[in-house]
Amino acid sequence: MKHPNQIKSIVLTFILAGLPLWGWSAEATYSTTLLPATLHIRSLAASCAACHGENGNSVGITPSLAGLNVSYFTTQMLAFKNGSLPATVMHRHAKGIQEDEIQALAKYFSQQKRVTAIPAPTQEYRAHHAD
Amino acid sequence: MPTKSAHHKTKISDLMQNEASFNAGPTKSNLGERRDFLKTATAAGTILITSNLLSMPSFARASKPPLGRVVVIGGGYAGLTAAKYIRLWSLRSIEVVVIEKSSQFVSCPLSNLVLGGSRSINDLTFSYDITQKNYGIKWVQDEASKIDTNAKKITMKRGEITYDRLIIAPGIDFIYDSLPNLQTVEAQSQVPHAWKAGWQTINLRQQLEAMPDGGVFVMNVPRAPYRCPPGPYERACQVASYVKTHKSKSKVIVLDANPEIVSKKSLFTKIFNEMYAGIIDYRPNNIVMEVDIGSKTVTTDFEKFSANVLNIIPPQRAGKPAQMAGVVNADQRWCEVSFLTYESTAVANLHVIGDAIDSNLPKSAHMATNQAKICASAIVHLLSGLAPDPVPVFANTCYSYVNDTQAMHVANVYRYNEAKKIMLATEGGGVSASPSEQEGQFAEAWANNIWSDVLT
Repeated sequence: MKHPNQIKSIVLTFILAGLPLWGWSAEATYSTTLLPATLHIRSLAASCAACHGENGNSVGITPSLAGLNVSYFTTQMLAFKNGSLPATVMHRHAKGIQEDEIQALAKYFSQQKRVTAIPAPTQEYRAHHAD
Repeated sequence: MPTKSAHHKTKISDLMQNEASFNAGPTKSNLGERRDFLKTATAAGTILITSNLLSMPSFARASKPPLGRVVVIGGGYAGLTAAKYIRLWSLRSIEVVVIEKSSQFVSCPLSNLVLGGSRSINDLTFSYDITQKNYGIKWVQDEASKIDTNAKKITMKRGEITYDRLIIAPGIDFIYDSLPNLQTVEAQSQVPHAWKAGWQTINLRQQLEAMPDGGVFVMNVPRAPYRCPPGPYERACQVASYVKTHKSKSKVIVLDANPEIVSKKSLFTKIFNEMYAGIIDYRPNNIVMEVDIGSKTVTTDFEKFSANVLNIIPPQRAGKPAQMAGVVNADQRWCEVSFLTYESTAVANLHVIGDAIDSNLPKSAHMATNQAKICASAIVHLLSGLAPDPVPVFANTCYSYVNDTQAMHVANVYRYNEAKKIMLATEGGGVSASPSEQEGQFAEAWANNIWSDVLT
């Protein structure tokens, strides 16, 4: 078991060495215990799902991110970040995400399988006054 | 994953939803089972509902997964997401049980559009079944009546259950201290809050449809923080959009307990003054002191308003299960948590997510799912004896519709600040320049994607 302080020291080593802190490796598909860098990117990528769908497979007009080319994803995100690519909302997100995170996200989404995402089926509301 | 174990789990899950199976007789051999799954009280006394299954040694092993059991109270955006992602990220090695009182999931996001008339409540209503079955989540449709955090045990009408870690995702509860006459279902059929999507949303829409042209719709904004910061202002726009088309002599009076518009201020100010000039009458610093249900009259600290349709949204606090567990430790309203794990600062092994927490984060659905995912990720690691992500980062995008097609956003990225130990908005966040139909389409895509993520 890694103590929280050990994790901190790993993180600190990365910062001091000027190495990219966050990365993505496919270990997450077969392990429940991940390196901090992988854990971090998996959660961050999951945050994109509200607009871009689970694992980047969108059910709406928002672009799917699953299976995108690494350099295409990175170029687009960096262009949103520096303002050279106009957007309704993505410039706001790109500015808040660090470059090393963008590169790791690019790798993460490139490895997601592009599938036809399924919308959640709606159903008739049954009134219950208790709620 | 081992199919044998999955097979047995499905069986339990079925049992839990089938009242008839609760009559399965007790066997002595399992009464001392440490991992007794769910006890239920009957006329004959306390029995184990899974007793016939637990008496089989092979199942007893299968029912004790290597990493433990997480119970989730509340199946809203936060709770359901946490349940799904714990199953997903633990590769099904953590048992997850959800306790939820409702039989259906009804989305609060987009429910203001029911008032405007562009959506029906049936467009916002979903079954829990798909996520539950896809991820092998065990489900109890019930309410917690007691939470013993020392014994790590929850009591419900249908029985008891123990946990290794508990997630409480209770949503909001209303504070009726200053408006005690609004507490009953009867009162709320006359003066609905419609701040939990469902029958009150339908009721309010019906009242609006029955309102005469020239009628007055009066609504309030409770003191912050409350669920969905831009929500009340979006609601004012939706009601105004409806009356502008159908009852153009009508007025919408907005009584805001806060000194100014709480979210998207510049945008809503412009919309109120331009798109809905002469319809929306916005009044800041107006706290609702008294409501007369019969005459639909509201008294604030300054004035008295008579309404044809009255929509009072009471002030809010963390939902009842959080109160029951003794984790409402911030201003007696919200739950203080660690932003690395969402573990309560008051009680160990108990996590709180969603609208109930005390934070500078907006109480939104996207935020609830973010917190759920960080919490899920942390719990999988904690139960494995490992540390959580040391610097969580997530995004929030929140759209508001100003009429039936145009929407506008507020969007921010939040990053954990180790010195302050909170999630801080990074630079670059902000709001739309103006509402647009394009953003209306993105808002629809947002809804469809978050529903697909949470509900399938």
